[in-house]
Amino acid sequence: MTISKKLCGTAAALGAALSASVPVWAQEAAATAAAPVPNPGNNAWMMTSTLLVFLMILPGLALFYGGLTRSKNMLSTMTQIGAAASLAMLIWVVWGYGTAFGPEGNSFLAWGKYFLSGITPDSTAATFTDEVISEYVFVCFQMTFSAITIALVIGAVVERMKFSALMVFTPIWLTIVYYPIAHMVWAGGGLFFEMGALDFAGGTVVHINAGVSALVACLILGKRIGYPKEPMPPHSLTLTMVGTGLLWVGWFGFNAGSALEANGSAALAMINTFVATAAAALAWMVVEKLAGHKPSALGFCSGVIAGLVAVTPAAGNSGPFGAIVLGAVASIICFIAVSKLKPMFGYDDSLDAFGIHGVGGIVGAIGTGIVYAPGLGGPGGADFVVGSQVVTQILAVVTTIIWSSIGTAVAIYVAKALTGLRVSPDVEREGLDLGEHGERAYN
Amino acid sequence: MKLIMAIIKPFKLDDVREALSSVGVAGMTVSEVKGFGRQKGQTEIYRGAEYSTNMVPKIKVEVVCDDDLAPRVVEVVQQAANSGAIGDGKIFVLDVAQAVRIRTGETGETAL
Repeated sequence: MTISKKLCGTAAALGAALSASVPVWAQEAAATAAAPVPNPGNNAWMMTSTLLVFLMILPGLALFYGGLTRSKNMLSTMTQIGAAASLAMLIWVVWGYGTAFGPEGNSFLAWGKYFLSGITPDSTAATFTDEVISEYVFVCFQMTFSAITIALVIGAVVERMKFSALMVFTPIWLTIVYYPIAHMVWAGGGLFFEMGALDFAGGTVVHINAGVSALVACLILGKRIGYPKEPMPPHSLTLTMVGTGLLWVGWFGFNAGSALEANGSAALAMINTFVATAAAALAWMVVEKLAGHKPSALGFCSGVIAGLVAVTPAAGNSGPFGAIVLGAVASIICFIAVSKLKPMFGYDDSLDAFGIHGVGGIVGAIGTGIVYAPGLGGPGGADFVVGSQVVTQILAVVTTIIWSSIGTAVAIYVAKALTGLRVSPDVEREGLDLGEHGERAYN
Repeated sequence: MKLIMAIIKPFKLDDVREALSSVGVAGMTVSEVKGFGRQKGQTEIYRGAEYSTNMVPKIKVEVVCDDDLAPRVVEVVQQAANSGAIGDGKIFVLDVAQAVRIRTGETGETAL
């Protein structure tokens, strides 16, 4: 305090001496004094949350997805995740933040603040109460969300999509799919926001969006050579388990961080992220057993992810016991989606990005409209009506599905026109690690 | 000279090695192999996708000894590797034409 005062004094004296701009300086100083100041506790928690979400991408998702691919495609999978996420970060500060959260906008898009213009260390972003957080922190937090969403889509197209195609797909998809949906859900004036759709941490924006886009992308891209006749078992469930753990830990930043403050709402999101996930992990293994299989490691990991996905929109919008039921139900439905639905339709959603993120996200989004009810332990008011809320949730889900399907198809066809989209059959057989990156994961 | 090649269950390797030492076999070559005979493989399931792997992991032990010792070697390996269950493996005996110790150039049984 003393130091900053002293510096200000010096600067003021200097300014006065050099250009006689004392009146302007005084005006600015008065404006700064009136502006809200972020609480350091909230800021610190949001910085921590931002890094936790980043941990979900690297190395969390990279290991989770990498372990599920064949060893010849390990580096390709991890590199695609890292590179797409990096590209998403750069685009975010150029036009992404402005398109999702800019100062001007309509129901579908925002604009302004391109290149983060006008944002300074003193700028603040609103939370859900009177508190504020530093705008740079908010920019970073939201940046990691856009980065993980594109990384999730990769799960359906690994082992055959060209690296260059992904680099073309990423900016187009983010611009026409992710930013508008993020705006619709989270920005004041956004379509779903005004409809009153409940989405605490991004079940629609991140998971339904990524899952549906993944499905559309893999349908256009086509199956891997040999699928489903050749065995394509995961090459390292050990790494998948490590990635699962990192995702679960990171998800506390994702869910509890979405409260935008270190408050009771964040605390509720935290406990729900524990118990819904635990219920989902066990539920998956129970269903495996009931289906006549053994309770498996991959079943545990899949259940964890399904539970995390389902509790995302419900994190701060449910009581702990509502979250437990939601997690378990989502886990069972995701199990059916990946082990029955996928073989039935024969699409090659290689790592089940749709089966878990899409399906789990839809169950979570609709379920949030139920578990929000105060009668079920949710934080909804006494006048909360489940029926109308569920209708609103379904409307938001359906709009997201349509929007992301169309946008993904456009982005994939542009990538196809520019790059060819798929690696050659020779490269695919030899593995994308050597063919696309000139390296092997294991020597 | 005979080459005795035994395909055994992996967990029987220590027993077989001890049995071979007890009859005076001074060296052997061991490799991890895969294959199948009467014992069929197992089924793996990943998120509902079933893969039946018909190759079972086994250990291959190779020993070269003089003709007189060969029946005794076969006998102790058969006893040591026996668990009484399907998939215990096989023993093959082959004639060896020549053996050379690389360091000294010695040949025949003195090279063993």
